[in-house]
Amino acid sequence: MSTQAPESLPPPETTATAVHPAVHPAVHPETVPLTPELLISQLLRGGVLLSMSLVTCGMVMTFFRHPDYFSSPDALQRLTSPDSAPHRLADVFEGVLAVRGQSFVMAGLLVMITVPVLRVALSLGIFRAQKDRTFSAITTGVLALLLLAFLLGSVE
Amino acid sequence: MAAALDATPFNFVAIVLLVSMGAGLLGSLLGLGGGLILIPVLTLVLKVDIRYAVGASIVSVIATSSGAAAAYVRDGLANLRVAMFLELATVAGALTGALLAGMVGGRALYFLFGAVMAYSALAMLRKLREDGGPRVEPPPDALADRLALHGSYYDASTEREVTYRVHRPLAGLGLMYLAGTVSGLLGIGSGALKVPAMDLAMRLPIKVSTATSNFMIGVTAAASAGIYFARGDIDPFIAGPVCVGVTLGAFAGSRYLTKLKSGSLRMLFVAVLLWVSFEMLSKGIRG
Repeated sequence: MSTQAPESLPPPETTATAVHPAVHPAVHPETVPLTPELLISQLLRGGVLLSMSLVTCGMVMTFFRHPDYFSSPDALQRLTSPDSAPHRLADVFEGVLAVRGQSFVMAGLLVMITVPVLRVALSLGIFRAQKDRTFSAITTGVLALLLLAFLLGSVE
Repeated sequence: MAAALDATPFNFVAIVLLVSMGAGLLGSLLGLGGGLILIPVLTLVLKVDIRYAVGASIVSVIATSSGAAAAYVRDGLANLRVAMFLELATVAGALTGALLAGMVGGRALYFLFGAVMAYSALAMLRKLREDGGPRVEPPPDALADRLALHGSYYDASTEREVTYRVHRPLAGLGLMYLAGTVSGLLGIGSGALKVPAMDLAMRLPIKVSTATSNFMIGVTAAASAGIYFARGDIDPFIAGPVCVGVTLGAFAGSRYLTKLKSGSLRMLFVAVLLWVSFEMLSKGIRG
């Protein structure tokens, strides 16, 4: 869940009487720093939400543009046939610029694929900030292997 | 192709969405990606081409992992250090699996997978019987100490903070390499192999194993998903509703995990493992 910041919005009566001006930040000091767990959790949540919004928007756009999809069984065969999907980054980008529903869906799916890679990159930053040499090395190794996988995929 | 299915595109999307929600819910409760449930339904019931079923499954695997992991990580159930250490092996395994995919026969693969799963299920069942006895403290492990892998979590069902020590990290690493290879070969998350590796070999509590497995699955699947995208196996018309449905189901599942008693969760997990291994073995025998 999003972290509420109660100290930024004190109730009106507290401000008026000014009884506890500095109490709120002192009572909950542990809510102020962003822990690594919270950072990673929010990256995952944000990435999934962005991906979901793009995919949902794309799906709604597709049906908005093609009212016959509600009634015609023939259209389904066309949509699930081979080579109907954009599968190059440039194609997806072009489709998004042309406001094509399926390209929005694809862009959302690509965001989803990128989220775990970003999570590993964020972990690397966290371990480096903590000056944890061993885990920085381990995380660099994981990131290198992931990038190698993506490279091998594009070569194939 | 959806040739045999006499549905409109709208009906198709609605059905795929509902099925995916169910798979996501079950998957996140069990630490599986949901692909094992999704692929049979997509191919057998909805007549989707296996290529696109696998492509949609791999994205849904990432969705399940990320959606549920966001909650597990926040609640402190997933062990981030154990996850990162083991991801070295799962990603290396996923790479190996993708490279091996063209060389290994499908039947041998199904058979091997079914055998490994049946073994894991039986080993877990044996441990379930022993749960009544006194808990044996694992001997100290120098590598686990040096990497500071030990942790603790808050168990909502007993309302207590549970501390645990990690055992045999190298054995876990080896098993994770195997799990990653299977994931790369079959295009599934292979949480069914990751959970027993952590639960049995490394002696992590079952809830921590399940949460950490869910957290790791996304990274393993991302390694193979890039390859599937480049091949054109990810069809947005199928993968889109699958992705949305599974994420919603997984979110609901992550809400329930901390409230389930470990015993019932393990029992459910054993039942699913045995069922899937039976399916795999029969596929390996009959071809």
